[in-house]
Amino acid sequence: MTAPALDPVKTPETIPHRDPPWITIVWNDPVNLMSYVTLVFQRLFGYSREKATNLMLDVHHKGKAVVSSGAREQMEHDVARLHAAGLWATLQQDR
Amino acid sequence: MTARFRRRGGRITARFTAAEAGVLRQVVGEVVELLGGSQAGQEDPFSGLGAEPVPPEDPVLARLLPDGYREDPEAAKELRRLTESSLRAEKVRNARVILGMLPAVGGTVTLDDDEVVDVWLRALNDVRLALGTRLAVGEEMDLAAEVEAGPGSPRSYSLVVYDWLGWLQDTLVGCASDAG
Repeated sequence: MTAPALDPVKTPETIPHRDPPWITIVWNDPVNLMSYVTLVFQRLFGYSREKATNLMLDVHHKGKAVVSSGAREQMEHDVARLHAAGLWATLQQDR
Repeated sequence: MTARFRRRGGRITARFTAAEAGVLRQVVGEVVELLGGSQAGQEDPFSGLGAEPVPPEDPVLARLLPDGYREDPEAAKELRRLTESSLRAEKVRNARVILGMLPAVGGTVTLDDDEVVDVWLRALNDVRLALGTRLAVGEEMDLAAEVEAGPGSPRSYSLVVYDWLGWLQDTLVGCASDAG
């Protein structure tokens, strides 16, 4: 590996990102307990019990809920943590 | 099967009969085996590297190790390549903690820190995911009616175990939630 001899032309890093953000979605499944899903949302994301409960109810009644959003790498990390807890989660771009 | 978790002071305990401990040992052991526990438990940092990751065909494995992308198979494959072996190993480790703590004959299990509570919650959940997927448990299913429909059948027995595991996990969630 080697470093480039010349500085590449710098692109201003202040240009705001126009790409839509990425989101983590938790999908409903018939096995996970409502109480457990709520606890996982509280513990993984630091959400209040009220917010975690509302997200859980969205998953239960609407079939899914967006539980976090941000950079793609962060969402992949969130999905991995949710899978470790046994929740059914995926990430996608928010279009 | 009536064992449940209770909070006493700062400690969470459950008393298992020999039969209950035996049932739990069996279903947790099955998950370890399904996840390839003998390999995944070796902690080999290179295990899984180089192997072409594919979504598992077994619906139970597919549920325990799901795709991270729903509509992008290539991205799902790449994420699986990076994360599946550690996810698999973590689930095996959690299951082994339960196996290590279950009394050989009946007795009391004490969970005295948050970390071990979390491990039990996750491992019990994995066992329920495995059993529930295998039994094709549905959202609106009436467990009691299903059990009565085939008394003594293997499916009926598994449904009773599944029902108890849900109750057991729910009591542990309750204890964990009390702690804030």
